[in-house]
Amino acid sequence: MDPLKRVPVREQEPEVRAHNFEEVCYGYNMEEAVEEAQRCLGCKNPKCRTGCPVSIDIPGFIENVKKGNIEEAYKVISLYSALPAVCGRVCPQESQCEKYCIRGIKGEAVSIGKLERFVADWARENGIKPTVDVPKKNKKVAVIGSGPSGLTCAGDLAKMGYDVTIFEALHEAGGVLVYGIPEFRLPKEKVVAAEIENVKALGVKIETNVIIGKSITIDQLFDDGFEAVFIGSGAGLPRFMGIKGETANGVFSANEYLTRSNLMKAFDEDYDTPIVSAKKVAVVGGGNVAMDAARTALRSGAEVHIVYRRSEEELPARAEEVHHAKQEGIIFDLLTNPVEILSDENDNVTGIKCVRMELGEPDASGRRSPVVIEGSEFVIELDTVIMALGTSPNPLISSTTKGLEINRRKCIVANEESGQTSREGVFAGGDAVTGAATVILAMGAGKAAAKGIDNYLSEK
Amino acid sequence: MFKIVRKEVLSDKIILMDVVAPFVAKSCYPGQFVIVKIDEKGERIPLTICDYDREKETITIVFQTVGVSTERMAKLEVGDAFRDFVGPLGVESELVHESEEVLKSQKILFVAGGVGTAPVYPQVKWMKEHGCDVDCIIGARDKSLIILEEEMKKYAKNVFVCTDNGSYGFKGNVNDMIKELVYNQGYKYDKVIAIGPVIMMKFVCLLTKELGIPTIVSMNPIMVDGTGMCGACRVIVGGEVKFACVDGPEFDGHLVDFDGAMKRQRLYKTEEGRAMLKLEEGDTHKNGGCGCGGDK
Ligand SMILES: Cc1cc2nc3c(=O)[nH]c(=O)nc-3n(C[C@H](O)[C@H](O)[C@H](O)COP(=O)(O)OP(=O)(O)OC[C@H]3O[C@@H](n4cnc5c(N)ncnc54)[C@H](O)[C@@H]3O)c2cc1C
Ligand code: FES
Repeated sequence: MDPLKRVPVREQEPEVRAHNFEEVCYGYNMEEAVEEAQRCLGCKNPKCRTGCPVSIDIPGFIENVKKGNIEEAYKVISLYSALPAVCGRVCPQESQCEKYCIRGIKGEAVSIGKLERFVADWARENGIKPTVDVPKKNKKVAVIGSGPSGLTCAGDLAKMGYDVTIFEALHEAGGVLVYGIPEFRLPKEKVVAAEIENVKALGVKIETNVIIGKSITIDQLFDDGFEAVFIGSGAGLPRFMGIKGETANGVFSANEYLTRSNLMKAFDEDYDTPIVSAKKVAVVGGGNVAMDAARTALRSGAEVHIVYRRSEEELPARAEEVHHAKQEGIIFDLLTNPVEILSDENDNVTGIKCVRMELGEPDASGRRSPVVIEGSEFVIELDTVIMALGTSPNPLISSTTKGLEINRRKCIVANEESGQTSREGVFAGGDAVTGAATVILAMGAGKAAAKGIDNYLSEK
Repeated sequence: MFKIVRKEVLSDKIILMDVVAPFVAKSCYPGQFVIVKIDEKGERIPLTICDYDREKETITIVFQTVGVSTERMAKLEVGDAFRDFVGPLGVESELVHESEEVLKSQKILFVAGGVGTAPVYPQVKWMKEHGCDVDCIIGARDKSLIILEEEMKKYAKNVFVCTDNGSYGFKGNVNDMIKELVYNQGYKYDKVIAIGPVIMMKFVCLLTKELGIPTIVSMNPIMVDGTGMCGACRVIVGGEVKFACVDGPEFDGHLVDFDGAMKRQRLYKTEEGRAMLKLEEGDTHKNGGCGCGGDK
């Protein structure tokens, strides 16, 4: 093997997977994992760790993989992450750990994400669970939301001996991991449900169907004996463009489209929830959410276009997702921006009017900002438009919790190190604080808040 | 699991159930709704709360069998349970927040259409419990679809029943009834609260606009999560996009775009109809019924 190249990972053939919802990537087997692990130089001063938002001891776990000692490797990762099988699949490794890998200077970075995934999958398949063995503290903490931030915060607090209850608004725990990210990228039963079981095995209770701010307020939680509260309610409120025709039939938010498919399993004949059977779809946006919506529509039999106003370089999605989407036959209409949605007399979508863009001067985000090319208007005929333009936190909690400070973007204001909000005993983290971001950042915030809560309750 | 402790068949296709749901029963108010899901494979179905008992921790729901999911729900019996029952969702009725003085100073007419009588009921009850007399019209196509008349009479000063075909009460639709009361019988109202099919609410609003009576309606668009996450429930009110599940479901009826709302409701008609056919007649309709492979 060429040490400059990574061990390739087995995947479902593009032509086959474009028609099913099974996982695209098969991951490494033991032999492949050990071989890939050999490529790790075991740096004394590992740069990869600085790229990881939860500072996993990467050379430490890879060292164990080299020796085929997977159980030990799992224990090392578990010290830092409660959801390794998830992170190995959905983290943007190319801009985090793998970006700093020394191997990456001359050749390809070590496949850290795929190794993490292998270790976590192996542990699950071999029935290895994280354990807690600490005296109970007899102090109740409430966690709002069961996404990555809530699960991580709850898991860490349980490991410290706290009595933790998670309250989740939906009927299923997992947050974006169950309602947003599709089955073919993150298997729900096999991976997500299993990781949630691990959190429960630590003693965490999960109450689904409870909406904080509606079913019960934060103040009532304190009255009920909870001594601290963590808000990990995510950023679920979808944004629309505000262009003409956007309320027509056949225009969906990516959240609606993905929720119908993932959470409600509309793609499965056995489930009752309907989903439109689109023939030709435009997905507006260029992030992970856009890729997921596009690839879901493709699997349901549609011709799918990604409409994105900047160029390929600026696509915010994970590189692997863009690559997979292209392989599967998604058409990328880049430097293109919708200006109007066209519909017939029954308000059903018939097309989308777009303009072409070119890149101008860099804007505040450092990316070159797109500028409209005069007179470049054109129409794409289609029947479905999916808006994947980002989301913001919903107001259910902030509007019912006195003294909880939020910023202009409706995000909860919280201290980065401790998660402390403007209300005593109330902590927050994840997308609810940062706006839509990533799984690993949400986990990092949940972790920090668990420490913050422990400090607060220890001093109280 | 959320247990069913009472079931009554109110009419051919309308069913009432009391369900034990402590969180909801403790904190709900008139005007709010719940989302129920029968089992793992069911849809999330939004239903307005018809009554609640804080002590027994029960919520009363009333639904009409219109699609595959409500058809399945109708088969549940006392002792069975819903897998999921979440709420209260949406904003409570405005009248919950008004002082008794303000409430007493106005004369309110409730207009209930068909199964919409259920969500009107807790509001009428609330008014009576706060010392206010209100009137209520209950309208439906046919006598068999008039529900909760006796219950309503306990709390409303006057209950006027009307049916389109004249099989019971006044002959005519709710609009004819309103006109009869206002033009011929000298009733005066300061506010109308109308809940029923979208088309009914639309026409009531056209009339009350003419009459200059402020009107509140309760919208029931397609929903998925009910927490403001998906935007399926969007309605246009006063030219602005609102999410019925978090901003509503009650809105100023004179500002709602009813035509748009009706078009949106048709969106899943075909899909839902298909699911229904499948339930009744098995898998034969999967390919559009004739085996031609759909609408080619
Ligand atoms: C389609 C899609 C694809 C994505 N792909 C990736 C990817 O590949 N890689 C990556 O790193 N990130 C990805 N992300 C982003 C990532 O999923 C989020 O950043 C992350 O899930 C945020 O975690 P969280 O815990 O803050 O919130 P969430 O995961 O959003 O969880 C919040 C939970 O709180 C619940 N909740 C909300 N309000 C209340 C309330 N009032 N009471 C009770 N419960 C409440 C919600 O129902 C939800 O379950 C993706 C996001 C989407 C939508
Ligand atoms: S039902 Fe999803 S936003 Fe209202």
